[in-house]
Amino acid sequence: MIFGYPIQLIMGQVLIGLINGSLYAMMSLGLAVIFGVLRVVNFAHGAQYMMGAFVALMLWQWLGVGYWPALVLVPIIMAIVGIVLERLFLRRLYHIDHMYGLLATYALALIIEGTFRKFFGAAGTAYPNPLPGGINLGFMFLPWYRGWVVVVSVVICAATWFAIERTRLGALLRAATENPVMVRAFGLNVPLIITVTYGFGVALAAFAGVIAAPIQNVSPQMGSHVIAVIFAVVVIGGMGSILGAIVAGFLLGIVEGLTKVFYPEGSSIVIFLVMILVLSLRPAGMFGRPT
Amino acid sequence: MKLDRYLLIAFVAVGLVLPLFGDTFFLMKVYCFALFACAFNLLVGYAGLLAFGHAAFFGAASYVSAFALKSWGWPMEVAIIASVISSAALGLVFGAIAIRRTGIYFAMITLALSQIIYFMAVQLPFTQGEDGIHGVPRPPLLGFINVSSDEQLYYFVLAVFVFGFLAIYRIVHSPFGHTMRSIRDNETRAISLGYDTQHYKLGVFVLSAAIAGLAGGTKAAVVQLASLTDVHFQMSGEVILMVIVGGVGTLWGPVIGAALIVAMHDYLASIGEWMIVIQGLLFLAVVQFFRRGIMGELLALLSRIGLRKGTDKNEATTGETLA
Amino acid sequence: MDKAMLSISRLEGGYGESAVLHGIDLEIRPGEVVTLLGRNGAGKSTTLKAIIGILEKREGSIRFDGKETIRMSSDAIARLGVAYCPEERAIFGSLTVDENMALPPVIAKGGLGVSEIQALFPNLQHRRHAYGSHLSGGEQQMLAIGRILRTGARFLLLDEPTEGLAPVIVKQIGQTIDALKRKGFTILLVEQNFRFALRHASRHYVMEEGRVAEMLEGEISDEGMKRIESYLGV
Repeated sequence: MIFGYPIQLIMGQVLIGLINGSLYAMMSLGLAVIFGVLRVVNFAHGAQYMMGAFVALMLWQWLGVGYWPALVLVPIIMAIVGIVLERLFLRRLYHIDHMYGLLATYALALIIEGTFRKFFGAAGTAYPNPLPGGINLGFMFLPWYRGWVVVVSVVICAATWFAIERTRLGALLRAATENPVMVRAFGLNVPLIITVTYGFGVALAAFAGVIAAPIQNVSPQMGSHVIAVIFAVVVIGGMGSILGAIVAGFLLGIVEGLTKVFYPEGSSIVIFLVMILVLSLRPAGMFGRPT
Repeated sequence: MKLDRYLLIAFVAVGLVLPLFGDTFFLMKVYCFALFACAFNLLVGYAGLLAFGHAAFFGAASYVSAFALKSWGWPMEVAIIASVISSAALGLVFGAIAIRRTGIYFAMITLALSQIIYFMAVQLPFTQGEDGIHGVPRPPLLGFINVSSDEQLYYFVLAVFVFGFLAIYRIVHSPFGHTMRSIRDNETRAISLGYDTQHYKLGVFVLSAAIAGLAGGTKAAVVQLASLTDVHFQMSGEVILMVIVGGVGTLWGPVIGAALIVAMHDYLASIGEWMIVIQGLLFLAVVQFFRRGIMGELLALLSRIGLRKGTDKNEATTGETLA
Repeated sequence: MDKAMLSISRLEGGYGESAVLHGIDLEIRPGEVVTLLGRNGAGKSTTLKAIIGILEKREGSIRFDGKETIRMSSDAIARLGVAYCPEERAIFGSLTVDENMALPPVIAKGGLGVSEIQALFPNLQHRRHAYGSHLSGGEQQMLAIGRILRTGARFLLLDEPTEGLAPVIVKQIGQTIDALKRKGFTILLVEQNFRFALRHASRHYVMEEGRVAEMLEGEISDEGMKRIESYLGV
């Protein structure tokens, strides 16, 4: 018992929080990468996450392609979708007010969500659990799949962080974030870098969608339910900060889980309250540089 | 400026006789959303702050007014005033948090803040969750003017709209409004001229929230319902759409945009799920091709053919910047 | 007469509504070090930006190695063999010295090797893992020049490389320019410090109000010096 609450309950909620945190981390990471290079807040990120889950569902229902291949295929498919969207709708907005990028991606989110609701209904569908069963840890029961979610998210986040902060390709990305005009004047194809970056960010969202499919109801609204939370996570972590997005994602998932134990009514707004707190103490966010 | 006055007189004249021809319920909805859009335009068009959470003020006011009318049986005007005050207070709190950042951050923060109101509306007992507050009564105005039918209520709603519109007009053309625009155009310069720009921004944020509250509070009486739709972030998106379709930073653009979107909702209601897709497509088209909106394009056309001298600094952007 | 490496004619351009360049004509031959002199706002930096293609509005003709570049994007121009070192140095603060050095892609053979660059700028060697934002002004300038030498570009645009630097570093930059000239690089140098320019360049274009006012070559007479001084308002 901790503060009069059974440890099983607390650990269970911490685990659920950690899983939500894994999804938050992967999504806010994608959002941060896209924002860094494109200066666009990708409002369609939630819709692309939802599409990731749906593409996995369609692969399984229509083609019999299971979870494990989907984990690789869906991000690739969605990266292509993202690249097409970037070329068609975002490219022409870079030289004007960044707010238009936010509005254009919001419009895309409406179109995507509306279309999926039309064809799949609002009710949603279950996706089979690829890793049934679990292990009793004594203080709690850990389903295998939930453990896998946490592990794979940590690995993906760490790998992305490493790729951006420690490799040559990452240096290119950081340079394009800082001063795209100069990077281009060195002879590098910045428009291509931008397109590929958007594709990568969308692929990350879609990957999170596949990961979420077996634990959440796959429904057209799953993206719009989470997008505002992701925005808050990114603001808390510090806009554009890769590490901030990851750390804030996991942390806030746990905070949300713990709130479910101690004050369930507050769990849906606790992240926004944390955002207010962080903004009052550090306007640039936990890891953001003051602008 | 003179033109605007004539336009308003013409608008009121037409508004007074419209019930003879049109559907008063539809027109009242247009007035409410037009006022909401004008309030939002005050913030984005004249102060250059794009919020993505104005549904919080509109929706909170809608709930306050609906609850005061139904559960407390307050008189119409008192309930609406209460809803304005509550939105202004909310605007003061949210504004104080959000104006510390600008641009995209401001948009994201206002969205996140508005979600707090949304989830409160989902959970608090008085809002009645998914159902919303139904069957909101329409008590007599000032205790003796009957406004229970659409035809009677219509003139009150028209008056509310004109009052709100004039208030915005006065704000925009006051010294406060001029300072607000100079902050929008060049904040650094305004700071160097000695203006406390944060105070001005907070001021305009609260005014915008209060007028959005006026629109929301009145809407609850018109539709006789306050529901989660009013506080959902899609409502925040919709008011942005109204404003940019009509023309950001133009006086009449938001009115046109609101009329268009409300009409779209009414006449396209039968197509159900496609409604949101069509809204998205319209949004995308405007952002890609007509960033000046209907009014902005019209004004640009007028100045191109020489019917309008130069470009009014208060109005019509080039579409390069939002505000 | 040598075939020109760069020839500019009737170049006009500017930022947004304001025009800065009003018809520039100039030529640079392979292996030359040429300076653009002039007061602030004469259009020197803008000319360099037009050549590398980052000036959005530009009209007229800029031919590099006989190829018209006026409509090309800056990355395409850079790949022809033009390298640009801007006035603000544009060191990437979130990249280490090594990463900054490795960023510009190699576009042709004939670039300097890492060891040659290190020989030119020994100071950079023990700062290899420092982030760009932590460098001193002099270190940033050396890095800004150093990183474009690797790429194989033979034509360098240097915008005020000595600005705000200590005399000892200015001297080092001057030696670098001389060394690069010996290695056969062609350099277009924008300078406020015209004594520095006269020492290291063989030809000088004096700019005034977006035009080339005069071209001076070789040993400059006292009378020529006086004219330059009056142009520069010294």
